[in-house]
Order: sequence, then structure tokens, then C-alpha cells
Amino acid sequence: MQDTIDPRRALRTLILEDYLFTDDESALTDDMSFLQEGILDSMGILEIILFLEERFQVHVAEDEMVPQNLDSIDNLLGYIQRKKKAA
Amino acid sequence: MCGFAGILGIGAAGSLPPDSELLRKMADTIVHRGPDAAAEYIDGSLGFGHRRLSIIDLETGDQPMVSPDGHVAIVFNGEIFNYIELRQALIKQGVQFRTTSDTEVVLQLYREYGIDFVSSLNGQFAIAIWDRRKQTLHLVRDRIGICPLFYTLDSERFLFGSEIKSLLPALGARPRISIAGLDQLFTFWAPLSPNTIFEGIREVSPGEVVTVADGRVTIARYWDWPLPMGEYSSATESELTEELHDLLVDSTRLRLRSDVPVGAYLSGGLDSSAIASLVLNHTDNRLRTFSLTFDDREFDESGYQSALVDHAQVEHSELRIGRAQILENLEHTVWHTEMPILRTAPVPMGLLSGHAHASDFKVVLTGEGADEVLGGYDLFKEAKVRQFWSRQPRSSVRPLLLKRLYPYLNLPAGKDAAYLKLFFGQGIEAPGKPGFSHLPRWTTTAKAKRFLSDEVLAALGDDPVRSYLDSLSEPVCRTDSFNCAQFIESKTLMSGYLLCSQGDRMLMMNSVEGRFPFLDHRVIEFASTLRPELKMKVLNEKYLLKQAVRRYLPAAIVNRHKQPYRAPDVNMSTGSGDLAARCLSPESVNASGLFDAGRVNRLRNKAVRGRLSTSESQALTGILTTQMVHQQFCQQ
Repeated sequence: MQDTIDPRRALRTLILEDYLFTDDESALTDDMSFLQEGILDSMGILEIILFLEERFQVHVAEDEMVPQNLDSIDNLLGYIQRKKKAA
Repeated sequence: MCGFAGILGIGAAGSLPPDSELLRKMADTIVHRGPDAAAEYIDGSLGFGHRRLSIIDLETGDQPMVSPDGHVAIVFNGEIFNYIELRQALIKQGVQFRTTSDTEVVLQLYREYGIDFVSSLNGQFAIAIWDRRKQTLHLVRDRIGICPLFYTLDSERFLFGSEIKSLLPALGARPRISIAGLDQLFTFWAPLSPNTIFEGIREVSPGEVVTVADGRVTIARYWDWPLPMGEYSSATESELTEELHDLLVDSTRLRLRSDVPVGAYLSGGLDSSAIASLVLNHTDNRLRTFSLTFDDREFDESGYQSALVDHAQVEHSELRIGRAQILENLEHTVWHTEMPILRTAPVPMGLLSGHAHASDFKVVLTGEGADEVLGGYDLFKEAKVRQFWSRQPRSSVRPLLLKRLYPYLNLPAGKDAAYLKLFFGQGIEAPGKPGFSHLPRWTTTAKAKRFLSDEVLAALGDDPVRSYLDSLSEPVCRTDSFNCAQFIESKTLMSGYLLCSQGDRMLMMNSVEGRFPFLDHRVIEFASTLRPELKMKVLNEKYLLKQAVRRYLPAAIVNRHKQPYRAPDVNMSTGSGDLAARCLSPESVNASGLFDAGRVNRLRNKAVRGRLSTSESQALTGILTTQMVHQQFCQQ
């Protein structure tokens, strides 16, 4: 069941609904920086990590908690892909 | 304390005497500030309405007070703590007094020295003085901003009053929410003085005199928060400890001057414990104390309160607060704060003053101001750690010091360093700049603006953070970053929010006067001569204060980790139906036009699911209370 989830859609819906409070797809581009744009705050970052672990069974190591992995939809998708490949 | 309101006609159109019924109506809106007596005074185009809370000279201190020759009339809200010394000095000069009130001392000081007399006052006050011969009105506010005073102007009249609601009966139309004020509030927690949340209504800024003569309004500053420029006191630490101790003893003793009993709030923290212990050890006042406790252990400090009560053997009572009371009392609280609030902390403070009032207390001492004056806030520590870290930005060890500040942060095991870097690392490349200390807070708060309606977003002006930082004077920018952080904190959060929404307004809503020994201007001026490391030694906050009062207090109080006063958030998941429908429904949100109904609805749904972040929770409280302000003050 988990494999059928479209990660891009799931991540976009989460960010749009729960952090941007809108259904306007144009409010979020996939390369938009969560931190620079103020989309996520302290708890939001933890929630994204929790979401990755629960939804995609991706375990986020400490040295992976860097903006290059977590700071945009594109970065998150690339990170998930790398983790899946390595698994 | 008391409350007053007034009208001054301007020009030919405003030359008629003000209507005494209208003056009475204006003053009656703030009857809670002065339930003991009411009176009006009219002279030409000037009118005062006054409501009195009798605390000093219960028999003859009625107001408005007019000089025997009729040349000067005043209304006054607050206390002049050194009025006995000032009175004696005037008597030596041959001045004769009819009463023993502090109001008459103010009146006579003005007659002797003109408006410059304000520099001699030690106290908390808002004063209106009508100089009949010069046809001039002066509005004076205390140095720190403890007592409120607002005004507005149209082509015919200058209106003023202790609270904004006192102006409403005289306004031609309901006030409108100021977009600039809202922008500032959703950044700094309060509009920047002299702005208020309403268009065209201003406050007399702390430390200023507003003068109205010949239809013109001029503003003069008589005091400002002192800024050391690297010239700190050369006295030894033990000398400074004793000097601070003696100043606090005197400041506390002055603030016990009253013809009614004086109680004290006890939070369980260092500051209120210090004040209580100074009263007990240096005066013969039989102290009665009051505390808040919470059902939620997260906010409750009753363990520390009990430690102090047992140690000092004071007569004590506590008021227990549950989550449901927050929502139940929110609208009534907002009627008194007269501006939106981003946290619910004022609500329990209003309930506590009700408890003090029911116990027959009109005056309480509190520990307010110690954090700002003597260096207590975690925000100051946070800035210090971020500066320490910025000297080696790639270090993963240095940010771990932040964990010392926030032990209650539930960080994922093994991920703390990376997490702290991600969040607190913003802006560490510019550690010396003014505002460095406050940027994380302002950035978090400003996220609430994403819920503003498109129309309001389009009407926003320049970024309030940039405008504020650009407005800081050169000495503020050049002083040590710790002093700069203290200056900013005192000018924004303390006078704009803590002393108003969480202070005066929550006390006076139940006719209780707060007195704040740490905010005696002599204590502030003394503290400005201290080297920053005496305020915060490494990460030990209020170091010198601890040295000064540890002789009186249990070690558990002196050495405890500081817990900021907080209250439970608005709980949207239970029992909020009516309130949410009234304030947050799409119809209601669209009626105010201030927020985007769709985004607010999503936030509300997320709140019902019970997982809001800090900034989202602030946004929800801010939106809810903005809607309440709009409904109470702006709608017919």
C-alpha cells in the first residue's frame, strides 16, 4: 500500500494544507526553500522528519538533517529517492 | 490608580464648553479604574472627567483638583512615591497645602517649576494639567509606561483618556483597525509607541510630555532608557551588590506608601520572591501574597511558591486556573487589553487581580521589570550563545549550549545538534547587528501575517523590522549588544505588551493597582552602569540580583532554572463552538475583512486536530483576539 503513495503529491498536500493553509497549488513551487520562505518553523521541521519516517519508512540520521535534504519539495524527493536506493 | 478622560476644543469651531454629560460618559467607560468617586471639571473649551480609586488621602484627595487661585487644574492617575519628600521641600519654600494627597503635590510642583517638574517625580503616572492662564494642556506619562494615556485629534477637538474605550463616546464614528499597527503587533507583539491598533489614536509615549496650545500639538521627551557607552561603574562586585540591595530596599519601601493594605504577587520565581523578602525583612508590613497555579503541570510553579511561603511564613492564597477558563474569559480580557494578544497569558493575570480584589486588596507589588532591567530573559542568553557560536559557525558542539536554555525542548535523541543548527542558525553571520537578539522571535511572530486577507497584505507598508531597526539612534547601535537587546526589549515588549496587556489593564480591570520596585528609574539608571557580565555571568541570568538577595531566599529559589510565565493556549478542540462560530466563521472573518477566511478555516481545523506549532498557535490567538477587538470596538 505504501508504495502506491505519490511522494510529491503527499509532500505537497502536507505543506500546502498544514503549513501554507491554502489549496492554491501556485503558492508552493517544488524548489521553494522552506526556511528562507518561512514556511516551516522549529516544530514544522520535526514534523516533516516524523512524516518521512512514518509515511516512507525513511530513517533520518543526524548528519542528514541539513537543508540540502529537507529544505524544499525537490530536496525532500531527492533525499527519499537516495535513501530508498541505498536501502 | 484612577482613570480620567477629557476634551479640549480647538480653534473657533471648538470654542464651546464640552458637554459635562459627555465627560461623565467618557469617564464612566473606565469606572473599573476608579469606582470610588466621580467628578467633572469644565473651564472654557477644556473639560476633565475623572474616576477615582482611593489609595492615598482617602478623605481630601478628590479630583479634578484646582489651585486656590483657579489658575491650574489637574487630573492624575497613578502614584508619586516620593511625594512626601517633595511636599516637605515645597513647604520649606513656603508653599501651603490644603490636603495630604500626592495630587496636590503635583499641582504645586507645576505652579513652582512649570512642566519641568516631571523630572523630580519618582512614580508611575499619567497626568493632565490645564494651565488656564496660558490656555495650555499638558499630558504627561511616566518614564517606563506603567500608566496608560491615549489621545486623538480632529479638526475641532483634542480628546484624551486613560483607556481607548474612554474616547469612544466622543468619537464621531467607530475607530478603524490600523493596518500599520496590526503589522507591528504581528511582529513585535504590540504596536510601536505612539501607534495603537486603531487608526488616528495614539498614546503618549513613556517618558514624554504632549502639549496642546493654540491648536498645535508638540511632544517633548524628558527621560529615556539610559544607554551605557562602555563607561561602566568601576566599583567592586561586592560594592555594587550592596548598592543594588540598598536601592531595592528603598524602592520597595517607597512602594509601600499607601493608606490601604499592600499585598504582593508571588510567581515562585526569583523576582517576586525577592520583593516579598525585602518587604518582610525591611518593613513592618504584614505581607499578604497571591499566586496563580495551573491544572497543567507544564505551566504550574506551585512547588516553588510553596517553598517561599513556607520559608517566609506569609499569609498566602492561590487561584487555580484550568484550560476552560482561558477561553471563557478571553473576550472580557480583550475588552480590557484593547488590542489583540498573541498569547493567552493576560487572561489568568486578570483573574488573579479579581482574586486580590475579592480579598479586599487594592494594591499589589510584583516583580515585573527585573528581567528587562537586570538581564533575565532567555532571549538575552540565546543571543549570547548564538554569538558564541557565530565565532565558529561550523561547530556542531557550540549550538548544544542552547539546550541549556531550553531543557524543556523535546529534541529527538541524537539529532539535537543538527536540529538546533537548523533553527537557531538563522542570521548568525551578523551577530553584532542591532536586533540580532530579537530576530528569531520577530520572525516566528510575523508568520501570523500569512493569514491576513489579500487586501490587507496589499496595504502593508515597509517591513516593520527594517523600519524599526533603521529608526534606532546611533548610541543604541553602538552600545554593547547585551545593552542593545535590553533597550529593544524594554521599548517593544515591556512597555507595549507586558506593562499594558498583561500589566495595568489586567490589574485595573478589577480596580487593583500594581507597583513595580524593579522599575524605579533609579534602579534602571543604576543597572545601566553595570558591566553586562554582572547582569549575566556566562549564562547565569540576573547574577548581581541573585547576589543581592540570596541572603533572604531559599537556595532552591535562587538557583532554580528560570521558567517564563506562560498560560495554556486556546483549546479549539472542546467547548469552543460558539466562540469559534462568532469570531472565526467565514462570515465573521469576511465581515472584518482583515483575514483570509479560507486560510483561517484551515488553521482552525488544524487546531481542532490539536497540533499547532508555536507560531501557528500565536497566529490563532492573534486572529481570534483581533476579531474580538474588531467586533467590540469597530463594529456598530
